[in-house]
Amino acid sequence: MISFTVNGKPVSVEDPPSTPLLWVIRDSLNLTGTKFGCGMALCGACTVHIDGQAVRSCVAPVSRAEGKKITTIEGISPDLTHPLQQAWIEIDVPQCGYCQSGQIMSAAVLLAEKASPTDEDIDEAMSGNICRCGTYPRIRRAIHRAAEIKAQKGAK
Amino acid sequence: MTVAARMKRRDFLKTGAAIGGGLLLNLYVPDWAPARAAQASSKPLALNAFVHISNDDWVTVISNHSEMGQGIYTSLPMLIAEELEADWSKIRVESSPVAAVYNHTVFGIMMTGGSTTTNSEYDRFRKMGAMARVMLIDAAAQGWGVDPQSCHAEKGYVVHAASKRRASFGSLAEAASKIEPPKDVALKDPKDFTIIGKSKHRLDTPSKTNGTAQFGLDVTIPGLLTAVVARSPVFGGKVASFNAEKAKAVPGVVNVLEVPSGVAVIAKGFWPAKLGREKLDIIWDEGPGAQISTVAMREQYAALSKTPGAVAKKVGDPAGAFAGAAKTITAEFEVPYLSHSMMEPLNTVVDLHEDHCEIWTGTQFQTGDRAAAAGVAGLKPEQVDIHTTLLGGGFGRRANPASDFVTEAVNVAKVAKAPVKVVWTREDDIRGGWYRPMWYDHFEAGVDAGGNPVAWKHTIVGQSIFDGTMFASFGIKDGIDSASVEGAADIIYAIPNIQVDLHSPKNEVPVQWWRSVGHSHTGFSVEAFFDEVAHAGGKDPYQLRRSLLAGQPRMLAVLDLVADKARWNGPLPAGHGRGIATHFSFDSYVAQVAEVSVTKDGAVRVHRIIAAVDCGRTVNPDTVKAQLEGGIIFGLTTALKTEITLEKGRVQQQNFHDYPMVRMFESPEIEVYIVPSTEHPTGVGEPGVPPVAPAVANAIFAATGKRVRRLPIKPEDLRSA
Repeated sequence: MISFTVNGKPVSVEDPPSTPLLWVIRDSLNLTGTKFGCGMALCGACTVHIDGQAVRSCVAPVSRAEGKKITTIEGISPDLTHPLQQAWIEIDVPQCGYCQSGQIMSAAVLLAEKASPTDEDIDEAMSGNICRCGTYPRIRRAIHRAAEIKAQKGAK
Repeated sequence: MTVAARMKRRDFLKTGAAIGGGLLLNLYVPDWAPARAAQASSKPLALNAFVHISNDDWVTVISNHSEMGQGIYTSLPMLIAEELEADWSKIRVESSPVAAVYNHTVFGIMMTGGSTTTNSEYDRFRKMGAMARVMLIDAAAQGWGVDPQSCHAEKGYVVHAASKRRASFGSLAEAASKIEPPKDVALKDPKDFTIIGKSKHRLDTPSKTNGTAQFGLDVTIPGLLTAVVARSPVFGGKVASFNAEKAKAVPGVVNVLEVPSGVAVIAKGFWPAKLGREKLDIIWDEGPGAQISTVAMREQYAALSKTPGAVAKKVGDPAGAFAGAAKTITAEFEVPYLSHSMMEPLNTVVDLHEDHCEIWTGTQFQTGDRAAAAGVAGLKPEQVDIHTTLLGGGFGRRANPASDFVTEAVNVAKVAKAPVKVVWTREDDIRGGWYRPMWYDHFEAGVDAGGNPVAWKHTIVGQSIFDGTMFASFGIKDGIDSASVEGAADIIYAIPNIQVDLHSPKNEVPVQWWRSVGHSHTGFSVEAFFDEVAHAGGKDPYQLRRSLLAGQPRMLAVLDLVADKARWNGPLPAGHGRGIATHFSFDSYVAQVAEVSVTKDGAVRVHRIIAAVDCGRTVNPDTVKAQLEGGIIFGLTTALKTEITLEKGRVQQQNFHDYPMVRMFESPEIEVYIVPSTEHPTGVGEPGVPPVAPAVANAIFAATGKRVRRLPIKPEDLRSA
């Protein structure tokens, strides 16, 4: 039995400890917002947070989650109010949308660490996430915009 | 697919008119609509097959086209809402079941492809919205005892201005659904449009930012098992024998069973299924596919390209013109097999019963898949329901002519005797075939003393895509697969003597339409060779294109716009070069300018790409821009990154480390300009792709003096001595 919290809720799972966290999240916990893209930490579609750090859950064994706080895309805000969600909607970033959970989870860590990320910061933080539809220019714009939204919220 | 691109506009309009005016209107309300209405608490009532309104005022637009990122789940509702006078904040969209009423207006089956959705539905969806509006107005007028002519609809209400009465669409839906649909309706004058042509936020964006968007891989039903299939390492190979003992010993594995495509490992969840597959021992009967080598194919193709093929186009007297040319140049171009590599790997959920079968999948090809699934299941097509989920990318792969991923899943469900979800891994997808064909082109051009091209000879070698599909009789005429020569046989420049030949060798590698299909190769080869011809004649490549596009005013306008926005003759940083390319595809006109530099090690850095497009009237302009942006990134990956190669019949690439995609740090600045137009809307999903590679290749020549004649562009081809 491995115990941890997901989006604030305590859970215990019986999957073998070597099972990738991705498949525990999707198949055992039925949270399907986190996506399978490559299984080799090459595309970032499966990105979640473990204690606030971006992790590719397709290669992270569930044993690594023991006692930790896991956040998935479903937990990023209860009502689409995270600055990244607001910016994503304002700029209409997604096309097929399949990679966007992972994009937002990677961007969320960047934004938590840097209030006003530069283009270079974005290149560094986001180059592990592939978007086959080619939404990179909009992701870049939306991260800058989310930083503005976040700053405005903080100023209130 | 390219079929619609070649349909003449008048044919299309004829089809549209027949649908609007000629058919019996009860065809518009399929049998299932009342049943569905009875189930739902909010009582959606079908005013026609595409417009349902519930008593809480929500308008549900039924989409017969799949949403794979192209924004159609917003553009189609915009067409309805415009004519319905709906309240845009109360519009939602649902995917349709498979039924004749939902067939593509050109192709006659339910499918999404060929950049044709807006083009083919522009008239029908507006008409459906207008008909529903008339029915709502009639219902209100009857209730009020007034002349319908004295009422109008606005923002989700029917209004009788004289008596200041208003009734919401929801309150009228039940009465309206019982009214005889009008035989014909007048559509708005475009100058009165309030929705079409004004950018709307996509209806699906919120669900794609919080994890609630449902893709095929996310579907679950009670008792669902997950399967992965071990497929032959060689195309066309079959299972000779296998030993499942070790696989069955993996905890969570429920069964291991042979299916026509290989051996299925069925488990409680993906992970045990994958672990089980790794433990399988299979002996394959590989067959002739084991001989395939793309190195050897390249030699074969190169030799063929120098021999006469089937003549796809002949204009003037090419032989005579070559004899009289002041200068002749030749060049050969080559492009590899390519995988679609949608971010969502292929998957299908099947719940098979004795007398019916339910399927959930992200497909572009519902009618074909349903027929194929019925064939495998031993059912009639009407006994198979296909629930179309969101598609995590399509690019053509999910319109499989053999319905490969659907039939395989039905085969697995048949032997598993349980509801099953078949999931492909990334490796399965990259090695699974149905590629964009490998192509090899031989060119020869003659220029006159003034530097103008007077003769053009182009020989294309590559597998036929249409051969063996249900579209063969449509796509292949006189031995010429139109998909192999599109963008070449219809070259847009006014060159007086032209010949285009085609060789279509066969082999075991399955090939398929892939975002922009034949244009994905001819866009590169024709436009890159054209650049060589311009330089051979001492001409500026932009100006030579201009002079040969005098009879093509729409392309000329696009070309001039992009050259202006890119400041074609403007200063550039040292070491940078600009390249220009045009391409006409899917009835749309696109031109692009790329600005690049190349390092000493031969690495290409693409700094900017400027694009201009004329795709007729735009429905959702921001979506048009998004499709061009995305098409450019897709084209850049093709230009710089990807190739599928085979040795001893085995695909040599596996995953994104050796089949790499352009990433954020390589993503250039992109600007997209739309030429305003009042013409009928044309394609936008694919036309952004073809001009990217040639614009980049031509820019590399401008920066380095080195010609790029094969894709992907490799640093070793460009390294400084």
